Amino acid sequence: MNRRHLLASFLAVLTLAATPWARGADEAPDVWIKRLSTEVLDTIKADKSLQSGNLPKVVALVDAKIMPNVDFQRMTASAAGPAWRRATPEQQKSLQDEFKILLVRTYAGALSQVSDQEIALKPLRASAEDKEVVVRTEIRGRGEPVQLDYRLQKTPGQGAGWKIYDLNVMGVWLVETYRGQFAQEINAKGIDGLIASLAERNKANARKT
Amino acid sequence: MTVGRLQPARMRVSLVAACGALMLLAGCASGPGANPRDPWEPMNRQVFAFNEAFDEVAFKPVAVAYKTVTPRLVRAGVTNFFNNLGDAWSLFNNVLQGKLQGSVETYFRLTVNTVWGMGGVFDIATEIGVEPRPEDFGQTLGLWGLPTGPYLVLPFFGSSNVRDALATPADTFGYPVTLVNPVVLRNSLAVLNAVDKRANFLQAGELLDESALDKYVFRRDAFLQKRRNDIYDGVPPPDDEEPPEPENTGARP
Repeated sequence: MNRRHLLASFLAVLTLAATPWARGADEAPDVWIKRLSTEVLDTIKADKSLQSGNLPKVVALVDAKIMPNVDFQRMTASAAGPAWRRATPEQQKSLQDEFKILLVRTYAGALSQVSDQEIALKPLRASAEDKEVVVRTEIRGRGEPVQLDYRLQKTPGQGAGWKIYDLNVMGVWLVETYRGQFAQEINAKGIDGLIASLAERNKANARKT
Repeated sequence: MTVGRLQPARMRVSLVAACGALMLLAGCASGPGANPRDPWEPMNRQVFAFNEAFDEVAFKPVAVAYKTVTPRLVRAGVTNFFNNLGDAWSLFNNVLQGKLQGSVETYFRLTVNTVWGMGGVFDIATEIGVEPRPEDFGQTLGLWGLPTGPYLVLPFFGSSNVRDALATPADTFGYPVTLVNPVVLRNSLAVLNAVDKRANFLQAGELLDESALDKYVFRRDAFLQKRRNDIYDGVPPPDDEEPPEPENTGARP
């Protein structure tokens, strides 16, 4: 289409060729991320109601395309810190549910800004044996490119794949950013207090639309 | 011309004021459970509240109005124009930090965009794949070994730390806009720059606020991480302070 597009494809091909996984049975983590995010972007580009932030549809998209690839329990546990292990299974479940609603809402807002963006991969620094890798990408569209990185862990077993357990937008890791806020709530009001605060935030956000 | 004589005096006054404020701050203590990187949280929260109020009544409405009346292409041109000026300051800091590739690429961006991009209105360098490598004086001080110091919220400027606060005068005066004469033009440019930046942040800002449990903590923790990320040019070493991962998933071998 244009020169930048050409250059991006060229770079993507180069990255592929240089990756040790290229001819292996397992899909390389960065190739997987690129495929996944391109799929999601294409779905959004093809659907006007997703772009306008139609929440039920966004939730459906997230559940179908994104959540199966995310270790959301690990994300929530990591954000909650040591308190996670002291929580009952019910508390763990409500915490995950409320946290997910909060993030999906944010995600829905971000989707409304999708137009002509493309995902570009940055060189991967990892070896084929690594169980945990960081995949670095960039969203390119109008304006400055947006840094978007993922932490992945290898799922064990046959036909091993990958799961995302943290996300970095413009230099800020999601889990770490919530860790401080979660700790503050837990210290003040315990894990139930944190769940209640999340639920309250979600209700306030729902009222806005 | 009068301003040329006034400025050093004004700078001196604000420096003295800043030092005084820092000494006062050092006296502030905070309760247990506070973030070790934010010992001045009570004070910071007050400044944060002031900034939020100012944003709500003045800054944000102006940015919204600007975004409403100005066509998207014009705004993109404004953003590019200021980014190009920023590249000049980035070039200087890339050189101070001894970053050869960054210096060469930023020099390339600056010349290409200034000459072929009509004074920076069009960002041709990015189009042909040479992307910005922003470096400011706070990062330069960091590379020279100055520690970040505690987190600090500055009036109007927002999230900062002691090191960045010390670099703010250099970052403000080193920015080519402040070299513009006459003063009226310079001030208009500075305001336009600020409003344009705020307008670019409108949607993202709303998203951030909606996803925060505590806006203050959210902005602080995000800022601290982002600055660290900037210093290491996007690949910071693993954080030692990160607590060990709870063993819960059973998914790992």
